Amino acid sequence: MDTSQILVTLGGIGLAVFVVWYFFLGKRTAQAAALNDSGMQEIAITVKGGYSPDIIEVEQGKPVRLKFYRDETSSCSEELIFSEFKLRRDLPAFETTIIDILPTNKGTFEFTCGMNMLRGKLLVR
Amino acid sequence: MITNQKHATATHATATLEITGMHCASCAAFVEDTLSQTHGVKRAAVNLASEKATVEFLPSVVNLASLTTAVENAGYGARELKHDQNRAQQAEATETRKIAEYTELKRRFIVAVALAAVIMPLSMTMLVPNVEHFIHETIGMQALNFILLALTLPVLLYSGREYYVSAYNTFLHRTANMDTLIAVGTGAAFAYSVVATIAPALFEQHGMKAEVYYDTTATIIALILLGKVLEARAKGQTSAAIKKLIGLQAKTARVLRDGSEQEVPIEQVLVGDVIAVRPGEKIATDGEILEGVSSVDESMLTGESLPVEKGVGAAVFGGTVNKSGRFTFRATKVGAGTALAQIVRLVEEAQGSKAPIQRLADKISSVFVPTVVVISILTFVVWFNAMPAETRLPFALVNFVAVLIIACPCALGLATPTAIMVGTGKGAENGILIRSAESLEKAHQISVVVLDKTGTLTKGEPVVTDFIMIDDTIKRKDVLHYAASLEHHSEHPLASAIVQYATQSAPQTSLLPVENFTAVEGKGTIGIVAGKEVLIGNLKLLEEHGIHINDDISKTASRLLAESKTTMIMAVNGSPIAVIGVADTVRETSREAVRAMQERGIEVVMLTGDNRQTAEAIAAQVGIKRIFADVLPHEKTNVVKKLQSEGKTVAMVGDGINDAPALAQADVGIAIGAGTDIAMEAASITLMRSDLRDVVRGIDLSQRTMANIKQNLFFAFVYNVLGIPLAAGLLFPFTGWLLSPMIAAAAMAMSSVSVLTNALRLKTVRI
Repeated sequence: MDTSQILVTLGGIGLAVFVVWYFFLGKRTAQAAALNDSGMQEIAITVKGGYSPDIIEVEQGKPVRLKFYRDETSSCSEELIFSEFKLRRDLPAFETTIIDILPTNKGTFEFTCGMNMLRGKLLVR
Repeated sequence: MITNQKHATATHATATLEITGMHCASCAAFVEDTLSQTHGVKRAAVNLASEKATVEFLPSVVNLASLTTAVENAGYGARELKHDQNRAQQAEATETRKIAEYTELKRRFIVAVALAAVIMPLSMTMLVPNVEHFIHETIGMQALNFILLALTLPVLLYSGREYYVSAYNTFLHRTANMDTLIAVGTGAAFAYSVVATIAPALFEQHGMKAEVYYDTTATIIALILLGKVLEARAKGQTSAAIKKLIGLQAKTARVLRDGSEQEVPIEQVLVGDVIAVRPGEKIATDGEILEGVSSVDESMLTGESLPVEKGVGAAVFGGTVNKSGRFTFRATKVGAGTALAQIVRLVEEAQGSKAPIQRLADKISSVFVPTVVVISILTFVVWFNAMPAETRLPFALVNFVAVLIIACPCALGLATPTAIMVGTGKGAENGILIRSAESLEKAHQISVVVLDKTGTLTKGEPVVTDFIMIDDTIKRKDVLHYAASLEHHSEHPLASAIVQYATQSAPQTSLLPVENFTAVEGKGTIGIVAGKEVLIGNLKLLEEHGIHINDDISKTASRLLAESKTTMIMAVNGSPIAVIGVADTVRETSREAVRAMQERGIEVVMLTGDNRQTAEAIAAQVGIKRIFADVLPHEKTNVVKKLQSEGKTVAMVGDGINDAPALAQADVGIAIGAGTDIAMEAASITLMRSDLRDVVRGIDLSQRTMANIKQNLFFAFVYNVLGIPLAAGLLFPFTGWLLSPMIAAAAMAMSSVSVLTNALRLKTVRI
């Protein structure tokens, strides 16, 4: 093994470890939805290469309004799927799409893009 | 807030308000009451689902601001309505946007292809010694590389820009998707080439050739865009069924207001409005015919190809087409309450739900991209160590790029949902509404179908099956005339059956006068018809009236009873004249449907509240062997549970009203004959027609869809499982095979398209 081989090997392994840590082991924080004037738990979510915030906390039994603003044209995020609530919606680029739901059960429910690559969670407490 | 006031007559105006803060039906009712009771308001209708109130009012008495205030005083909000569009308009807007996106995508693809077509031959000059020599002698290799760089830049910055931007954005979110793979793969090839172009000496001092991969970069992007173009076309077709349904909605209605017909936008039609329909016109909303007769084509909603005859009092449905006559109807449901809107909602919900079979694919795709990135890095490291110094860098790079580019999480992600979308859409087109992807998945495992007898296997209404004359002193025609005249005065279902039979077998211009008509509860009817005492009833009634029954009559009656028919005897002036048998008849299609289910290896069981004798007679007619008779309504659930305890996947078919608990208990609850009343929460599948063959079609559709999903998943898994090791060069030591990144890009682009094309095959299957 010459020097460049040792460097490439160490660099490669280091990069692989970084990839695993960065994508799988990073800690994410939840954001709670706030009550709006009509008594709904409301939260604005920006869709740009993912959902910000991607973990949303809401209370059980109270209506929730999710306002998805798609801040990109990437086709990956054009569809939103929220199977717990049987929703499949198109998110037009640079527009806000309002989704109203009523969480009747406690638990963690995932919402994803059409191809299940981008992910977010709704924590119902 | 107030959105429009387009429709205004000399006296009335109609406006649509958006109401906020309503959470339940009682809120909606309260807002509706508040508006209705406001002075100057003629009518108000509030729709909870759409959060809209439609108000018809007198502008001379009340203005729009007062209406808003009234709502606010009631404790609800009124906000400015940004999108006052109905579903059809929304769908149109989406369509326009998609077309624009598609055009842009095509433009990017064309640019990439055009440039790649120039880049490719230019990059291959070194393969032809004479040309290579010529370039060396004239502009030099480095200048050529700069030309290639200039040609590749637009491909990256214009055609492929979206992938790099998206990869960057997802990276910030600590997620990775398809775009990450494309961006890293093509980015690495491009970066390497740029270094080789600008500083070829760096390579040459290590004894390596300064090779460039501009052709790889440009071709990969062109091929991926080709895949995207094909994918966008195919994807549009997967939702064709729902688009078609939404497109059925009428845009305007001819409403009778203030004595004249006025064409108003559909959103302004209120419950209670009287609407006129001419032949060939689309019916605007759901309602009840007030005047006129016509035949209506309801095939778009029910799948029933024959037009349905409609007269006064008959229900009509929005989106269906009036074929022949002219009529007026009163609107009973508008907007989200109509059958069409409910069908659209049901299909949309099913398409938004997830099939359990998708879980594994979901788990894999959630870790897929980072895993592929790790594999590609390891591929690079392994080849860099394994190959001789002068070739190791390009070798490692090519395999690194090939791994990233061939991996396709899209195919995995598309496999299940696209098939579900096409399958549920196909169902809706055929009058089979599937509530969720899970129901569709369950339906293909059905091992027992439980059929409710009355209304499901049978028509659910009595029909005269026998009218046997036992005395010829009066003509049959006259006997039938007496029977029709007498029974016309009774409201009993058996009497209606007799009237229907008598008027059909011996049509008369008018009925005879009846005096002293009496209906004897549970026994029959008596009256004086055209001066003759006529009696139609059971043996008890005849005995009570001292009418003698001879052996012949007894035998005939017993025979009919043995056939599980309700038996009545008709007497004129004290002597028996005819024996009448009435029975609930089996639907023409039931026998064929039962046989089709049995042929598919499904056990068919009949469930009924009737006695065993009646049940057996019907079962024998349709070919059912296992019967549960004398079952009280609340015991139906227990029968389903019993079959489930035998380890069977049970489908329960019922009318959805009495059978709701049993439908809910069954693995697959199928509500039959919903017509257009489809609000059946208990059923997982709702059949619009009263045709048991649709149960078979539903099961077939489920099996076809599941088979399609399995093919898609198999293809997507196998593609990645074989493609990635091949691209990593796993076979190189044994066979010398390596995968060019360009071939990898072609394979990747085609993999998603193959999955979509396979799902679209479902559209053409006959069910």
